[in-house]
Amino acid sequence: MKTIHLDGHEIPFEDGQTVMDCALAADKPIAHLCHLPGYTPYGSCRLCTVKIDGRFSSACTQPAREGMQVESETEELKEMRLGILRMLFVEGNHYCPSCEKSGSCRLQHAAYNAGMLDPHYRPFYPKREMDASHPDILIDNDRCIFCALCVRASRDVDGKAVFDISGRGLATRLVVNSKSGLLVDTDISVEDKAVHVCPVGAILVKGRGFEVPIGMRLYD
Amino acid sequence: MTRIAIDPLTRVEGHGKVTLQLDEENRVIEARLHIVEFRGFEKFVQGRPYWEVPVLVERLCGICPVSHHLASAKAIDRIMGVEMLTPTAEKLRRLLHFGQVLQSHALHFFHLSSPDLLFGFDSEVQQRNIAGLLKAYPDLALKGVRLRKYGQEVIQFLMGKRIHGTGAVPGGMNKALSIDERDRLMKDIDDIIEWADDAVDLARDIFLSDRSYLDFAGLSSSFLSIVGEGGLHELYDGRLRCTNAMGEFDFDGVADSRYSEYIREEVKSWSYMKFPYIVEGKGMYRVGPLARINNCDRMASPLAESRRKEFASIGRPVHATLAYHWARMIELLHCAESMRDLLHDPDIIGEDLRVETSMGREGVGVIEAPRGTLIHHYRIDDEGLVEMANLIVSTTHNNRAMNEAILSVAKHHIDGRQEITEGMLNRIEVAIRAFDPCLSCATHAVGKMPLKVDILDHRGERLCVLES
Repeated sequence: MKTIHLDGHEIPFEDGQTVMDCALAADKPIAHLCHLPGYTPYGSCRLCTVKIDGRFSSACTQPAREGMQVESETEELKEMRLGILRMLFVEGNHYCPSCEKSGSCRLQHAAYNAGMLDPHYRPFYPKREMDASHPDILIDNDRCIFCALCVRASRDVDGKAVFDISGRGLATRLVVNSKSGLLVDTDISVEDKAVHVCPVGAILVKGRGFEVPIGMRLYD
Repeated sequence: MTRIAIDPLTRVEGHGKVTLQLDEENRVIEARLHIVEFRGFEKFVQGRPYWEVPVLVERLCGICPVSHHLASAKAIDRIMGVEMLTPTAEKLRRLLHFGQVLQSHALHFFHLSSPDLLFGFDSEVQQRNIAGLLKAYPDLALKGVRLRKYGQEVIQFLMGKRIHGTGAVPGGMNKALSIDERDRLMKDIDDIIEWADDAVDLARDIFLSDRSYLDFAGLSSSFLSIVGEGGLHELYDGRLRCTNAMGEFDFDGVADSRYSEYIREEVKSWSYMKFPYIVEGKGMYRVGPLARINNCDRMASPLAESRRKEFASIGRPVHATLAYHWARMIELLHCAESMRDLLHDPDIIGEDLRVETSMGREGVGVIEAPRGTLIHHYRIDDEGLVEMANLIVSTTHNNRAMNEAILSVAKHHIDGRQEITEGMLNRIEVAIRAFDPCLSCATHAVGKMPLKVDILDHRGERLCVLES
């Protein structure tokens, strides 16, 4: 059996698995946002950054190799993750108190786990338009963290190409595949996996918010 | 001229200040309650999806979030074409709101106002607070704390949190009350009723103990509230009734969605809080416990109904500002009795929580919040986003009346005096507190609590400032 060492624990892996895959299989999760088992690794959020044999690497994209020494829960890496989370919060507009994803939001959950008590950095308050054009689906761009899970789900699971990430740096935006630029003019359907894979509250089914009571939400 | 400012006001919910303008002979020529918090919710709710609104607007307030949540949910129900909730959903919402009113009334009477009433308006300022009450009247203070705790527990069971949870969703509720939760609430309800009954005794006895209380902060006005069928006292749903100072109807049986035909709002440059008035005659009116007890013809709960009759025996309508406390405690008892009845109702543990909805454009939700009639009005666009919001909050209705009450106290207790004492100024706060104003609600603000009094002389220079 091939193994890696994660924070001193010996973890088995099979060929083709990433460091993240085998860590999750061994119930030694590494913090992550843009990764979801079954989806092509993307490596955009960098929250799963670990040190492998002394070098930084994202656990979700790095294939496991025999004898790797992986550090994850060190003070250095925890501090780095906290910084990444703070930057994610301030570069969008995240108002947890009235967000229907609160309690089931992976960004919020990661922030709680990281001990984040404030955003630390000055918020950017970017101006992003909401797309409510579709009768069943809403895109609240304020909350998008550009993890591209919807892009991958639409392309790889739904067999469509509804979403993509466009632009660079602060101008990065989630875009949809229609001439008008509106969701209503795409071929998306409310049953599509892309609608339900969003880790934050950016893509929502209309009129369904707050149906899960507090105490029964994903991370309660 | 001299101007006196009370800044900040204390033991009220929110931040505000009072200014008194005196002439050269120290006679009060003007009194103003300034609300210095900034209003914003009506604006930033625009563009948000309709189903988010009940959870967003409850952040208006940490004391009565449930009232905002439910008023908003009722408005959204109307937008969504909901004619009637399931019996379980309606009863759960009512139970939730009784919990809200109970905890708020207990907080106001025991924590904020009873120190004035038990220790006296001129007593040591250090004593006039809940800590002083706990020391001098430990049993009473603890009952007050436990009454509030019970209301908070009801809220927690139904909304997941004591403050700012989730519960009402378009067309119903998101959670049933479990049998275990029902039984836990039932265990203490008899004590709650008994303590609430004692509180009515206390409030009544205090009010009747001093004849000057009848005229304190005296004013005469119309009263606005919702009432149920046959004039039944209502907190959750009903039709608008307004009685004039003589107790005759200004209007009655008005559908709450037509509120704007009967009420308008005026703006003044010196306050962020608007000044609503009755359209016909531009009349001042009051809302809240005093208005509701004056306006209703009966109450559904037997102990509270007998107390209401006792209250009405001193006059109807009762105009005395300090009678607010007595009326508030009658409502406290009514909430406790009504919760007991609901807890014994088999529907309360039902599982049928929601009805189907279909999207419309506009809706009004009106509820009787602890402090009075609360109006939420929204219009949404074709995509389901809010394009217009109008909120008329309980405290706002009382704005004119509070200004009148302040003027009345100032004329009676400060007019012509050479020396202004803290006790005199506390009387102004006592008058304001009787209304149980929530200044952060009234302006939908983010801000701090206390209120300040400013005194300016006849040249417009500040003579003194009193603040906590």
